[in-house]
Amino acid sequence: MNVHQSLMASLPLESFSPPPESVAAKVDAMVRFEGVEKTYPAYRGKPSVRALQNIDFAIPRGSITGVIGRSGAGKSSLVRLINGLEKPTTGRVEVDGRDISVLSGRELRLAQRSIGMIFQHFNLLSSRTAAANIALPLEIAGWSKVDIAVRVAELLDLVDIADKHDRYPSELSGGQKQRIGIARALATRPSVLLSDEATSALDPQTTRAILDLLANINRELGVTIVLITHEMSVVRQLAKEVIVIDAGDVVERGHVADIFTHPKQPITQTFLAEVLGDSLPVSLASRLQEKPVTGGQAVIRVLVRGDTGDTVVARLARELSIDVALLSARIDEIGGQRVGSLTIGVPGGDAAAAQVLAYLSQHQFSTERLGYVA
Amino acid sequence: MSPELINLIIQATGESLFMVGVAALVATSFGLPLGVFLATSGKGELYAAPRINAVLGVLVNATRSTPFIILVVAIIPFTRLVAGTSIGSGAAIVPLTIAATPFIARLVEAAIREVDGGLIETASSFGATPLQIVLKVLIPEALPGLLLALTLAVVSLLGYSAMVGAVGGGGLGDLGIRYGYQRFMPGMMLAVVVVLIALVQTVQTVGDYFAKRVNRRLRHR
Repeated sequence: MNVHQSLMASLPLESFSPPPESVAAKVDAMVRFEGVEKTYPAYRGKPSVRALQNIDFAIPRGSITGVIGRSGAGKSSLVRLINGLEKPTTGRVEVDGRDISVLSGRELRLAQRSIGMIFQHFNLLSSRTAAANIALPLEIAGWSKVDIAVRVAELLDLVDIADKHDRYPSELSGGQKQRIGIARALATRPSVLLSDEATSALDPQTTRAILDLLANINRELGVTIVLITHEMSVVRQLAKEVIVIDAGDVVERGHVADIFTHPKQPITQTFLAEVLGDSLPVSLASRLQEKPVTGGQAVIRVLVRGDTGDTVVARLARELSIDVALLSARIDEIGGQRVGSLTIGVPGGDAAAAQVLAYLSQHQFSTERLGYVA
Repeated sequence: MSPELINLIIQATGESLFMVGVAALVATSFGLPLGVFLATSGKGELYAAPRINAVLGVLVNATRSTPFIILVVAIIPFTRLVAGTSIGSGAAIVPLTIAATPFIARLVEAAIREVDGGLIETASSFGATPLQIVLKVLIPEALPGLLLALTLAVVSLLGYSAMVGAVGGGGLGDLGIRYGYQRFMPGMMLAVVVVLIALVQTVQTVGDYFAKRVNRRLRHR
């Protein structure tokens, strides 16, 4: 009987009655927050701090979900609530159908074994070899020496560093350390893997390799992955769903491609700007004016998605008979969908610009009028 | 130097090593858990017990601030209770242990506090019990610091052990006082000092060697 089964068996009967109705209750959730608030009490003259409020969301089983926010937005509190290191002030936090916020002692420690975690600074023991680091959670869970040896060998293979078995962390690169961190997090076969800024200390190439590894793990083991990060590029590369938090609130959530093309909150837009690199070319930006210019063009940014996005300029030109100029563009694949940011120039004064904007909004594109150029 | 005198030096060295060895062993077996507790019982820590922590802290400081020679005299009744006598090397172990325990505890506390708090958090998130965290994370990670602490304690004990000579404790200090000072034998005094220097040097070298060997933060190739 594995840890997961023993957890199920120890659940009291009433847990199987239908859960209370809520927005979050509809999906088959691996992690679910219901009306969670977290306030840290006043301490040594510092006032109390409300880190999270009105948090309601569900992370679907088997998904890779990004939780993105600036530092201080409440990400760390969120992580510590999921792995049971802290209790919510109000509300409930469910992991794998079980309210982790009411557990304590032995029950909590058992539940924590079904939650793996990887860290920004790897948090490996310097006194242990790679293999011994991976063995740590298994020792804690009371596995036998033989079982541990077999499992550790499997895990070293899984993360592709079998040759580093006897190396100490000080002898390894950042990417190798994070691979050990991942192997260690997966050791007890958790159902959910929390990644707390796991790639923030790595260079872009290593980041890509680690994210690819996480994608493989999600695909092959079906482990639900929660990516906590401040980098939209990480979310873009890996996640299908994203939750945007700001100042302790969930301000936006949904499919990554939807959030990318229809960002509602300013904070989301700034995250997007970082990743799409959709700042205008310098030569264009310096010529941009606020007032219309006779004989000039209106500059409009269009966020496009799906297959319809690729042809939007062509259709505009054909259907409205306006020679739309493409000033800058970037098209990318996000959450399995083609997503892009186009900057177009529309000649023919405000009337033509209004016509174009109307056409775009009719076809569900997000637009923004940036200004005018001569 | 006559063979008898050389014999005296050898015998006194043996007594000193015996006192220091036993005192270090006993003081470590009390000081290590005490130091771990001091390092983990603050507010919000593993074994959070801020009141007990504060009381123990005061007790440790009080013992440490009592001059050793006064401690030796002050606890004579207790020494007699434990050792049956207050004279000789065996009896000297009692005050040596009592002086070294809080010293070691503070050094252990400092070494444990050096361990990255992120590692405690990591082990907690795996569902480790506080005891597992102490045994599998804190002590192994602090091992280089702990070995240096023990080395420092043994060196200090060698100094203290020379002091108990003044109250009939035996060992090298006793020899130095009785022969070197009271019988005015500068050669004997010099010999005692040289042996002490050699002992301290040896202990420090051995301690440094092992501390470095277990320090995996350094690269070993």
